[in-house]
Amino acid sequence: MLRPLPLLTVLVLAGPVLIGIAGTVLPAIGLGPVGQGLGLGPFHQVLDWPGLPRATAVSVLSGVLSTLGALGVAALILAGWQGTATFRALERLLSPLLAVPHAAAALGLAFVIAPSGWIARLPAQALGWSVPPDLLILQDPWGLSLTAGLIAKELPFLLLMMLAALGQVEHRRRMAITRSLGHGRVAGWMKTVFPGVYAQVRLPVMVVLVYGMTNVDVATILGPNTPPTLSVQVTRWMLDPDLALRSVAAAGALVQVAAVAMTLALWVGAERLCAALGRAWIWSGRGLPETTLRALGVSLAGLSALALLAGLAALALWSLAAGWRFPDLAPEALTLRSWSRFGPEMIAVAGTTLAIAATATLLSLILVIGCLEAEHRFGLTVGQRALWFLYLPLLVPQVAFLPGLLLPAWLGVGPGTGVVIAGHVVFVLPYVFLSLSGPYRAWDTRIARVAAGLGATPDRILWRLRLPMLLAPVLTACAIGVAVSVGQYLPTLLLGAGRVSTLATEAVALAAGGNRRAIGVWGVGQSLAALMPFVLALAIPALVFRNRKAMVRD
Amino acid sequence: MRLPILATLAITTLPAMAEQPDPMDWPAVLAEAEGQTVYWHAWGGSTTTNDFIAWIGERAAEQGVTLEHVKLADTADAVGLVLSERQAGKDTGGSVDMIWINGANFASMKEQDLLFGPFAEALPNWQYVDVEGKTVTTDFTVPTEGYESPWAMAQVVFIHDSDRVDTPPTSAPALLDWAQAHPGRFTFPQPPDFLGTTFLKQMLIDLVEDPVVLQSPVGEDYAEVSAPLWDFMDALTPVLWRQGRAYPQTGPRQLQLMNDGEVDIAISFSPGEATAAIANYELPSTARTYVLDKGTLGNASFVAIPYNANAAAGAMVVADIILSPEAQLRAQTPDILGYGTVLDMDKLPEADRAAFEALDLGVATLSPAELGQAQAEPHPTWAERLAADWVARYGVAN
Amino acid sequence: MTEGLHLDRVRIFEGARPLLEIDARVPPGEVLSVMGPSGSGKSTLLSHLMGDLAPGFRAHGELTLEGQDLSGLPPEARRLGLLYQDPLLFPHLSVAENLAFGLRPGGDRTERRNRVEAALADVSLEGYGPRDPATLSGGQAARVALMRTLLSEPRALLLDEPFSKLDQGLRDQTRRLVFDRARAARIPVVLVTHDRADVVAAGGPLIEL
Repeated sequence: MLRPLPLLTVLVLAGPVLIGIAGTVLPAIGLGPVGQGLGLGPFHQVLDWPGLPRATAVSVLSGVLSTLGALGVAALILAGWQGTATFRALERLLSPLLAVPHAAAALGLAFVIAPSGWIARLPAQALGWSVPPDLLILQDPWGLSLTAGLIAKELPFLLLMMLAALGQVEHRRRMAITRSLGHGRVAGWMKTVFPGVYAQVRLPVMVVLVYGMTNVDVATILGPNTPPTLSVQVTRWMLDPDLALRSVAAAGALVQVAAVAMTLALWVGAERLCAALGRAWIWSGRGLPETTLRALGVSLAGLSALALLAGLAALALWSLAAGWRFPDLAPEALTLRSWSRFGPEMIAVAGTTLAIAATATLLSLILVIGCLEAEHRFGLTVGQRALWFLYLPLLVPQVAFLPGLLLPAWLGVGPGTGVVIAGHVVFVLPYVFLSLSGPYRAWDTRIARVAAGLGATPDRILWRLRLPMLLAPVLTACAIGVAVSVGQYLPTLLLGAGRVSTLATEAVALAAGGNRRAIGVWGVGQSLAALMPFVLALAIPALVFRNRKAMVRD
Repeated sequence: MRLPILATLAITTLPAMAEQPDPMDWPAVLAEAEGQTVYWHAWGGSTTTNDFIAWIGERAAEQGVTLEHVKLADTADAVGLVLSERQAGKDTGGSVDMIWINGANFASMKEQDLLFGPFAEALPNWQYVDVEGKTVTTDFTVPTEGYESPWAMAQVVFIHDSDRVDTPPTSAPALLDWAQAHPGRFTFPQPPDFLGTTFLKQMLIDLVEDPVVLQSPVGEDYAEVSAPLWDFMDALTPVLWRQGRAYPQTGPRQLQLMNDGEVDIAISFSPGEATAAIANYELPSTARTYVLDKGTLGNASFVAIPYNANAAAGAMVVADIILSPEAQLRAQTPDILGYGTVLDMDKLPEADRAAFEALDLGVATLSPAELGQAQAEPHPTWAERLAADWVARYGVAN
Repeated sequence: MTEGLHLDRVRIFEGARPLLEIDARVPPGEVLSVMGPSGSGKSTLLSHLMGDLAPGFRAHGELTLEGQDLSGLPPEARRLGLLYQDPLLFPHLSVAENLAFGLRPGGDRTERRNRVEAALADVSLEGYGPRDPATLSGGQAARVALMRTLLSEPRALLLDEPFSKLDQGLRDQTRRLVFDRARAARIPVVLVTHDRADVVAAGGPLIEL
């Protein structure tokens, strides 16, 4: 019962990626139903596209810069502020900010930073502008607003990952020793804690890098269009009525894969270089401008949190707005009209979305607990290599394998809710695993031995002791799983063949339409659907264990 | 090498015609439709259209047909889906029952035998359709031959904020003059978005000496015919919103820009859209519409049924409901949808005609007389070529 | 003689490296003390007795308890009570639920409740049943842990440095309580410790690894 689960999990993660890539490679080399015969024609067409250099450059730039930005700010804030009240305040915002779906965050952000948006309306009010400045902020050709949006959205993710990793590098003791040796707070942290933390979060950092280079939803909303990023262009080719472009799309996806692979290789090279530079820095004995860096860290982190929150507030306000024109800071009046118009349908779709999310999360949870329990009982550790399997679906660009996944249609598996759920599991499972494995492995196994001594079977120990004691982390993992599922756009669109509507597909479809009030209602709905499980994950353990001091985390 | 053989097999497997209903036997169609669920793949970017489709769904439910609106970001999604189903050998029980379609998507599906039919002229409400006065039997010059059924007429209008633009420019040269005098205050949806491509076609029609050349497929003389357009665009692009370095992606996004005060003139393919948008707070109440001196492009929107539709009978019932005077009247009501009807007033029963005449078209909607005779759509190859050319010239590098 | 716990020529290997070798008989009510430096395999010996030796270790020799061969039996079927230096009360259960967890199946609800109440009274913790284990003092928690083990009617008791975290006064008291109860229950005890005072108080044979 338990023993096949680790293998099954590996298949669930790697199978779709491998099948999907095969389904992409075939048309790209001219084979398959849309192919014109074996050849490199599709690649020539991609290379002939005049936008290719810029699109690739923007993809790589926005990926690398957003990763560096998010990693840098996360490191600065941890180095300069961990343990302070300011940090605790920011920390409290982490889970909610992490849960906000990418599309909703990008839509909110777009309104905040646009030349006719909230920020610009402040000087407009003061200086009496009647028309907004004609500035290219949103969708700028070099993808800087895309990069900024990605930094704001990925920062909470990297911070959470790094916080989890801190525990394993004994950062408090390291810092105590470092500072007693006369190093400043930021410089000391960078010299002694960062290398250890980075080693732990290397894979998540690469996930952020790949996501930055290949995402479609955020790039559609915040990214440039003249030309768009490579992945957006690949998606357009894929959906073009001219069917010959399907193979061009497949070839483009493989160009994307190559770009990602090269960037990852360069990144690994840069890691080495940084390590060497770091050692040289330690030998030099030089410090850092502590005050400046601390100020920089807290302002950048604060700013990005503020931008996301302001974006959400903008979505909420638009959903309630009657007329609202430039340069007014708030609508003329509030009305529930948009909610009565779009609300009922949104809530119905929210039901489907949450049902899909709950099923995908539950399946993932069963596999994850099965793997972890098999590891505990039989010592079936698949080792460090298993971690790569876990990250595989997150490291291979979605546009490279999702279209190819429609291949199972040949086997008689049609698109629909079932396939969508299966597809969601591929992306939900890694996050559930990453979130739960730490606490699961950290559980004191002496308790299991004491209980076995009391005559409890392994199953009884699992259900009566381990899982109840791990209620909070299990629920947190579930909340993360639901949030990931609620945010899935491309998998739902492609595997559901448009028949499966979720909050994500509807929100992005509406983004094309540009009705801010509808976007507001759907964006708020999507955010709430992702946030609610986090609230429950906090509230339920607190309620269940209100009389159990040791079970309530500080 | 086994793969090429497999591939060849897949290519040569032709769709086997499934047992589909006979449109001529309407009682049988009705009987078969009862209890079916129709998945209508239609662009989901306009909330007013979505509301209208939901209303059609309520009417369909009265005849035992469940209508599900599959909201697309792009009609090509549905075309691609039908195609991938054919590739997969799924020649029956397909997932698309009906598509809101026209132009290149229709031409592509028709050419590849991906459509069910002919069925349109067998629909009971076809008797009211204005086949003489409206372009409902050709779609971008391609004969429909009953493979799609019309549901709304559309005509290009320009929307301007009358608060900021006193005398709207009513020709392509005038638009250029205005834009040069007001840099950054005009833009259009980015081609290949259909509305953006429509803007290119509209400008070309306005600029060429004789638009008749556009009725034939793109030929050898493309460069010569389109030259005036590119001269015009070369002059216009630098004075566009954001100096032409960014564009709204869709029509509604363009209206949002107008509401945000970022632009003063916008293009629309729906004469009633401005009125509906004002009612929904999506445009300032000072928005008004106008057409060009030489007239503007017009075409019809259609619904088509894929060859492998799972509920072809149900889809025909829905297509017929859409053609009913009741639905057409609702579609033309300005604060509901504001789409032009495809029906012929002279063929309608007295009461229905009176209802149409009683419609108050709204502050920002032009009367049929003001709209004038619609210009014919160019052959679909023009749209394709112009959009591709525009992308190569302005859409990829700055 | 089939009574008590027999370790017949037990040898444990870590990979190919021999870790320890032990040959002992522990009659009911007697305490076998095992001492040795860190890494000498004391905890591994307890793991072997429990039947959950970590992967990478191998054991030879025979383990018999009350004449029954233990090899191949899963940990829960061996019925060996285990006490660590930490009381390891289940933090999500009340004190009474902790005790009830170890009760062997059988008896109706009232009867089981009464046994738990009696066990609490036995160690002067009347009325502590509904309490949160986190609110107990170190000595109280140690007593609950002992009673939880005894209620499960173990056939032997394994003690892994059980008193090392208690302060001096409490340590003597708890030590006496544990050994008295084990003697009264007539079960064999294996004590692994660092503390010579434990060995003296146990009064049984000592094996030094």
